[in-house]
Amino acid sequence: MVLLSARDIHKKYDETEVLKGIDLDIEQGQVVALIGASGSGKTTFLRCINLLEEYHQGRIELEGESIGYSANGRRRKLGERQISAQRAKIGMVFQSFNLFPHMTAEANVMLGLTKVRGMSNAEAQERARHWLDRVGLADRRQHYPYQLSGGQQQRVAIARAVAMEPRLMLFDEVTSALDPELVAEVLAVMQDLAKSGMTMVVVSHEMLFVRDVATRVVFMDGGLVAQSGTPDEVLHNPQTERLRSFLGRFHGIFGPV
Amino acid sequence: MIAYNFNWAVIWRNWDAFMAALALGLGLAVVSLLIGTIIGLFLAYARLSPSPWISRPAWAYVEFIRNTPLLLLIFFVYFGLPEIGIYNLDKIQSFILTLSGYAAAYMCEVFRAGLASMPRAYGEAAKAIGLRPWQRQRYVVLPVMFRITLPAVSNNLISLFKDTSLAAAIAVPELTFTARQINANTYRVIECWLTASALYLVTAYAIAIALRQVEKRYAVVR
Repeated sequence: MVLLSARDIHKKYDETEVLKGIDLDIEQGQVVALIGASGSGKTTFLRCINLLEEYHQGRIELEGESIGYSANGRRRKLGERQISAQRAKIGMVFQSFNLFPHMTAEANVMLGLTKVRGMSNAEAQERARHWLDRVGLADRRQHYPYQLSGGQQQRVAIARAVAMEPRLMLFDEVTSALDPELVAEVLAVMQDLAKSGMTMVVVSHEMLFVRDVATRVVFMDGGLVAQSGTPDEVLHNPQTERLRSFLGRFHGIFGPV
Repeated sequence: MIAYNFNWAVIWRNWDAFMAALALGLGLAVVSLLIGTIIGLFLAYARLSPSPWISRPAWAYVEFIRNTPLLLLIFFVYFGLPEIGIYNLDKIQSFILTLSGYAAAYMCEVFRAGLASMPRAYGEAAKAIGLRPWQRQRYVVLPVMFRITLPAVSNNLISLFKDTSLAAAIAVPELTFTARQINANTYRVIECWLTASALYLVTAYAIAIALRQVEKRYAVVR
């Protein structure tokens, strides 16, 4: 079943067109890795999905519901209230964690549960604890972000997003800002989520993770989807010179065998 | 050189009057800061508004207040309002109105800088979990902004406290006015002004120390 479908997504910054017509369908339960050189538009596309960026043409649907813009008639941006409700169905984790600095780990996770999902404090706390346990931070619930390592902060950020029980999770280069020794703990949490059946779109340069966890790899180049398929097809059988040279940067792990 | 014989008995005899005057000055500063904070917050959002119909008047107000001497504003309100038919403010209310309006302009600039320096990241994280616009302000942007601006707010409170001495010009019985009265009645010039100065200094310093504790408690480490 198609969970998310993007059709002909165009986006410009001033005169520069950064997305030139992205088409992508994402099935329920898939883990889709977006790879590509910087400037290829993968992060911009990810941010369009939950309307952190506006786009100028095209349509994104989540379970058949048009996201951000009215579905019929003239293209019109939806009201903030509607957009907020749609965003609550889509979880997002950022490169720079973006935890609320004035709240404990637990309060970070609870905020959306009480204010958006309308849970009581007790319910929200129980769910926050469940997810903080699940990401291995049971003993860090009362810590403030500055008291946590980057890897721990990122795991709180994942708990905060997943606790909302979104239909879809977006990960924007979530390990890029981490020290190398902290990357594994975050990837492990993501792998655990993927196994539980969460639909995920992951922008990542962690090619080993992409190979092992993604069910589908999408190579973006110049604002377009250049190649898409299983990790084997894309990583070991690149169809374009651009993809071959992109994969070549990863020390010969990938590329034609 | 003429020897000056200190006579502190005058001060002790009038100690209660000094204390009452100090309390009044402190009260005027705190009340004005609170009112000024609320108005200043609205002004800050107004100044950041994309609509010039909203941002320009806020800008004009702030610049008018900041570039006019406070004493003149005090006279303007105290003597000017009755001229245009507003008689029902006593001198304390009139002074609070002036000092609040004055504080609002400075608080506006503090909050504007605070809002402008807020990393976009927090707002985006708040968007991503589905918080609505006012919820993002209420639960994320404002709490972080208040913490960032706390040191500047503390400075403003200390300034406002010292500025309450200008209320003496319209005979509000705060510390400066009271010191002048006691001085006029007793001719103990140096004792009176030394006492008043010391009370301002000690109080302002105590405020600073107390607020530093508050700042430590609520500091946002980024």
